[in-house]
Amino acid sequence: MTVIARDTNEAMRARLRKRSLNVVLVDRLFVIAIYILLLTFLAIVVLPLIYIVASSFSSPAAVSSGRVGLWPVDFTLRGYEVALRDPKIVSGFLNSLFYTTAGTALSVVLTIAVAFPLSRADFFGGRLITKLIVFTMLFSGGLIPTYMVVRSLGMLNTPWAMIVPNAIGVWQVILAMAYFRDAIPKELYEAARVDGVGDIRFLLLIAVPLAKPMIAVIALMYAIWQWNSYFDALIYLRTDALYPLQLVLRNILILNTQSNLGDATAMLERQQLADLLKYSLIVISTVPVLLIYPFVARHFTKGIMLGSVKG
Amino acid sequence: MAASHDVGETKRKGWRYAAKRSWRRHWQLYLLILVPLAYFAVFKYLPMINAVIAFKDYNVVAGVWGSPWVGLKHFNNFFANPVFWQLIGNTFTLSAYYILASFPIPIILALALNEVRLRAFRQTVQLVTYAPYFISTVVIVSMTILILSPRIGLVGDVFGFFGVPAVDFLVRADYFRHVYVWSDIWQTAGYSAVIYIAALASIDPALYEAAKMDGASRIQKIIHVDIPGIMPTAIIILILGVGNIMQVGFEKAFLLQNPLNLSQSEIISTYVYKTGLLNANFSLATAINLFNAVINLVLLVTVNAIAKRVTGRSLW
Repeated sequence: MTVIARDTNEAMRARLRKRSLNVVLVDRLFVIAIYILLLTFLAIVVLPLIYIVASSFSSPAAVSSGRVGLWPVDFTLRGYEVALRDPKIVSGFLNSLFYTTAGTALSVVLTIAVAFPLSRADFFGGRLITKLIVFTMLFSGGLIPTYMVVRSLGMLNTPWAMIVPNAIGVWQVILAMAYFRDAIPKELYEAARVDGVGDIRFLLLIAVPLAKPMIAVIALMYAIWQWNSYFDALIYLRTDALYPLQLVLRNILILNTQSNLGDATAMLERQQLADLLKYSLIVISTVPVLLIYPFVARHFTKGIMLGSVKG
Repeated sequence: MAASHDVGETKRKGWRYAAKRSWRRHWQLYLLILVPLAYFAVFKYLPMINAVIAFKDYNVVAGVWGSPWVGLKHFNNFFANPVFWQLIGNTFTLSAYYILASFPIPIILALALNEVRLRAFRQTVQLVTYAPYFISTVVIVSMTILILSPRIGLVGDVFGFFGVPAVDFLVRADYFRHVYVWSDIWQTAGYSAVIYIAALASIDPALYEAAKMDGASRIQKIIHVDIPGIMPTAIIILILGVGNIMQVGFEKAFLLQNPLNLSQSEIISTYVYKTGLLNANFSLATAINLFNAVINLVLLVTVNAIAKRVTGRSLW
């Protein structure tokens, strides 16, 4: 800054002249290099995705013999038919839908219930409580001690185990606190107090409507986490009927558990269908998330920013 | 005006007064926070208390407090077990490799995107590279397995193109770390870049003006303006990474494991799961977990203190 201030017009022009043809040429080449680099990035991310989608629409034989590249070979919907007729997959899908909806609702309500009081400057004990909550991010009792708590509450092998033990994310609480603190003008609190509006009524009628964008962000974070995770299901659930989609997927995709392949009885055909099914399943389970993704990407970015300002 | 008056009053009359007044004015807020607090007490702090079973021979019948104390028996057993050094080594190596490999790529991506003036192109690249972040771990691992499968995957074609027999990356222990780290970078580079893009956007435009005046080329501008501008963010990310170095997530390593790569893929979190839930040795599993958690906490605090001393940046 001071450099600019000291510069006279004369010196400035001299410097601009120094920005010779050479620099311009190097810059041109540099920009081309940047475009090539980014196109490479793009290709590395996109090609595997295209390959998966192309395979999911190909014939079992073509998939099994590795003939599919980036375009479907012998187009067919066989993989999707088999997947959608499999009762385990359908029940997994419905379970995940339920866990995601119920879990997200619970998480959002609890997160607001803890973040709103903590965002108030004159809430006695708030600082201590915040410290205790943040501490759980740095240190935890661990897998087994937590499992013991869930077990002693009788939640093992019930849907409760899917939505309660990880209901509140500390990160989301921090985010919500920061938002409440910044988005609600102090004057509103004063006005509410003068008018005798209680805190809970204030939260429901004024704070929540003002915080809608933030609530949308944390709801999406919780929903995507809930839809994508399998760990809690792996440790807390025993009954197939309760499994969320991700655990069903893990059993079919990674443990190679044969699912019900319908009328395909010949050994070779079974193997080929099993291969194809994996691709279709990947597409089926990922499409719901990727469909909403372009709409939520912007909000997610905002969420990261909000957090990073605070963090 | 009311606030400053309050502070003075509080100082004079002490915390008792402040607490009483806060309760009188905000009893509804305390009511509101009751359920979430119960959640943290039950699901976060009660497990910390339950972790005393690391120092006991826990059995279900006697319960946490009825089981006999055994001191450091489980810790000593773990340290004496040959698997101890293997687990520490695997966890540490995987994590260190991951931090080193995953640190520069989002930065490069962000710096490159920052140079692009075509809005549509920039947004397309950002949107596409960000997308894999939303794919579940199960699906990412399945995709990795399918693509790397020599029989059906893309990799077989690539090897075939060069006339070399395909390597099966998933059954060779030596490849486990590469597969783990690079599939993760594939998934998260675009997401991680967002933070740096934001940092770049908040750099003072006057600095760019000054660089232009000085006749700086684009490369010089990146070195002297962009990189110093994102340094604070980069340091925070590194602190977090190094501080959590012994905390490799369970989900992905567990899915990529198979009997053939176990010598490198067995890490602390997967071993704890197997010891505790599959072999039902609660006390030993808890001891291993506790040992790891304490090391991790010490690491995080230390790294944070060093960063604060050296760079003036820290998490708290």
